[in-house]
Amino acid sequence: MAENSYVLGRERRAIPQPSDHGTVIRWTDRRTTMSDRRKRVGSILRAVLDEAIPGGASLAYVFGSGLLYLLLSQIITGMFLVLYYVPSADHAHTTVAYITKEVASGSFIRSIHAYGSSAIVIVLLLHVTQTFLYGSYKGRRKLLWLAGCALFALMLGMSFTGYLLPWDQKAYFATTVGTNILTYVPFVGNSLKTLLRGGTEMGTLTLSRFFVFHVFLIPACIFAFVAIHVFMFRKAGPAGPVQGAPEALKQSTEPFYPKQVLYDVAFAVLIIACLGLLAHYAPVELGPKANPVDTQYVPRPEWYYVPVFQWLKYWESGLAVLGILVIPAFVTLLFVALPFLDRRPERRPWKRPVSVSIYGFVFIGLGAMGAISHRNDLRDPNIAPQLAKQRADVQAFMKKPFEPELAGPSLIAATVALTNPVAGKGKKVFDQEGCAECHGEDLTGTSAAPSLIGVGDKHDSAKLESILKQPTDAMTDGGMTPVELNDEDLKSLIAFLKALK
Amino acid sequence: MDHPEEMLGGKTAEISQEGCDGRRRSFLGLLLGAGAAGVGALLSVPLFRFILHPLLTTTSSSSWKEIGTVEDLASITSPVKKLVKIEQRDGWRKIVSEKALYVSKDATGRLCVFSSVCPHLGCSIAWHDEKSNFVCPCHNGQFTADGKLLEGPPPRGMDQLEIKVEGDMLVVHYQNFRQLVPHKEVIA
Repeated sequence: MAENSYVLGRERRAIPQPSDHGTVIRWTDRRTTMSDRRKRVGSILRAVLDEAIPGGASLAYVFGSGLLYLLLSQIITGMFLVLYYVPSADHAHTTVAYITKEVASGSFIRSIHAYGSSAIVIVLLLHVTQTFLYGSYKGRRKLLWLAGCALFALMLGMSFTGYLLPWDQKAYFATTVGTNILTYVPFVGNSLKTLLRGGTEMGTLTLSRFFVFHVFLIPACIFAFVAIHVFMFRKAGPAGPVQGAPEALKQSTEPFYPKQVLYDVAFAVLIIACLGLLAHYAPVELGPKANPVDTQYVPRPEWYYVPVFQWLKYWESGLAVLGILVIPAFVTLLFVALPFLDRRPERRPWKRPVSVSIYGFVFIGLGAMGAISHRNDLRDPNIAPQLAKQRADVQAFMKKPFEPELAGPSLIAATVALTNPVAGKGKKVFDQEGCAECHGEDLTGTSAAPSLIGVGDKHDSAKLESILKQPTDAMTDGGMTPVELNDEDLKSLIAFLKALK
Repeated sequence: MDHPEEMLGGKTAEISQEGCDGRRRSFLGLLLGAGAAGVGALLSVPLFRFILHPLLTTTSSSSWKEIGTVEDLASITSPVKKLVKIEQRDGWRKIVSEKALYVSKDATGRLCVFSSVCPHLGCSIAWHDEKSNFVCPCHNGQFTADGKLLEGPPPRGMDQLEIKVEGDMLVVHYQNFRQLVPHKEVIA
């Protein structure tokens, strides 16, 4: 201990004070002194800010940091949403309705989170396109590209699992379709689907599984891959512009701070402004609670899945496996393996016509399929009115005030009496006989006598009859008196007690 | 890439320019920091509101429940048992229970309403016509028609509930009271 502090003290004196950087870095340096000056936190911060960008700062490089900002925003808003959300088929929809309709700023935060997922898709596509056009996946950035592909897949997983959580009609039916796709996997398709759903049908276990994926498993993987992705990016360094001799670019480097930082901050502010305005003026809606027996509902996925959704429509015959699994798997593989297939050092997009046209073709194709799907929905006489009705249902649900969920043993007695006429008569007998004086008006018990909720499960009718006529010693000691009733009243009283579950 | 300082370029050559550069950079840093703090503060407003929701909501005291019309109740000759549905909000849940109460008349003939919960141990007090008394079945506490303690272990008379007339309806403010204390104390 003493030796350590001596060493630390001596080292602190030995460290030369940085003279050319801001107070924050100096302050951090002084308090994080370690034996090696390059390990100081201040030095790390400096290394980050002084990262040299060949060819200078550019607006084309803002997308990566934009994604980092969006990830942060999703983490924060997500954590806050869990403050009120309950992942169970019984409560999920009520709790999301509560967040949307009652909690202060709830609708805003939920909207930021929901629109944030769309924003991530958009910025991610821009990021991938920039990386692709600049050929920044080449050379020593192969693994960087692979880590990025993993993040792409994880992000799609996040949006797929998050979509179900509100448990409204849209969420339920879109996920039903989404999970059904798994059945096309040969041999193990059905088992996979059952595994993902937690049962053969969509239900509360599906919600639990999706919640665990959305909140624990996928985020953990995303953290790991973001760390790898950023680390590899720092290792490889920024790729810089596609043109220019390496020597010339080296001459015209510019540190990350301040210009690129300013660009990145400006982009983050743009994202904040867009999300904030959208969330405020067009908050995300919530539809009516999922009704699995609704056979009319026409599910539609989130906009960025619509092209895939349209693509799947073309493959309903025996070729389904080809269209639904083989071709998408092939395209994905092509995409992931890009740096290994395209090994030439050439980065200028106009000198790489094949890969650029394939990339363009895939994206134009996806866009076209999205447009076709949208047009079909507008024109199809079977679909268009149903979609309009669904939109109207959502509007109507949003207009209704929040309806809290009836909890626990609330009015069990009254509900039973309402739904079962014999039990209803029994409740009258119960009231007339003054049973409520000890067992409570709602039969949940008082300090004089126990609750009668569930007594029907404990004893069969014959046993109930015998203890009503001749209470046990323990019951008599507690003040229970034998019940004297005609047969009909006794029968209805027993029916009432039996129905109290 | 090797050493950050190298990338700044011309470190030894143009010392004066670098000093100027450094000042400009730290001023910009200050500006950026302040801007980020401002935006951060703005963004945290909805988050704070979200967490502080329980503090922001005013508990709606709509716990006034209708019992019946004043006209009907005015004609009672002995205490009458009435059931009211009490709703408690628990975040996104509501707990509904039926509570029994007695509408009676005091010595001057004015309507008054009593909770049927015994102030002794919380059993349900019932009106017995043949005794012209309220009787608690548990420990035989007895009360007069206007709720005064006659005999038995209860520490006080029956708990009277606040009432008011709205239109032609008699409405009651249902509350729970602490047991085993000599004076009425509301349990929040």
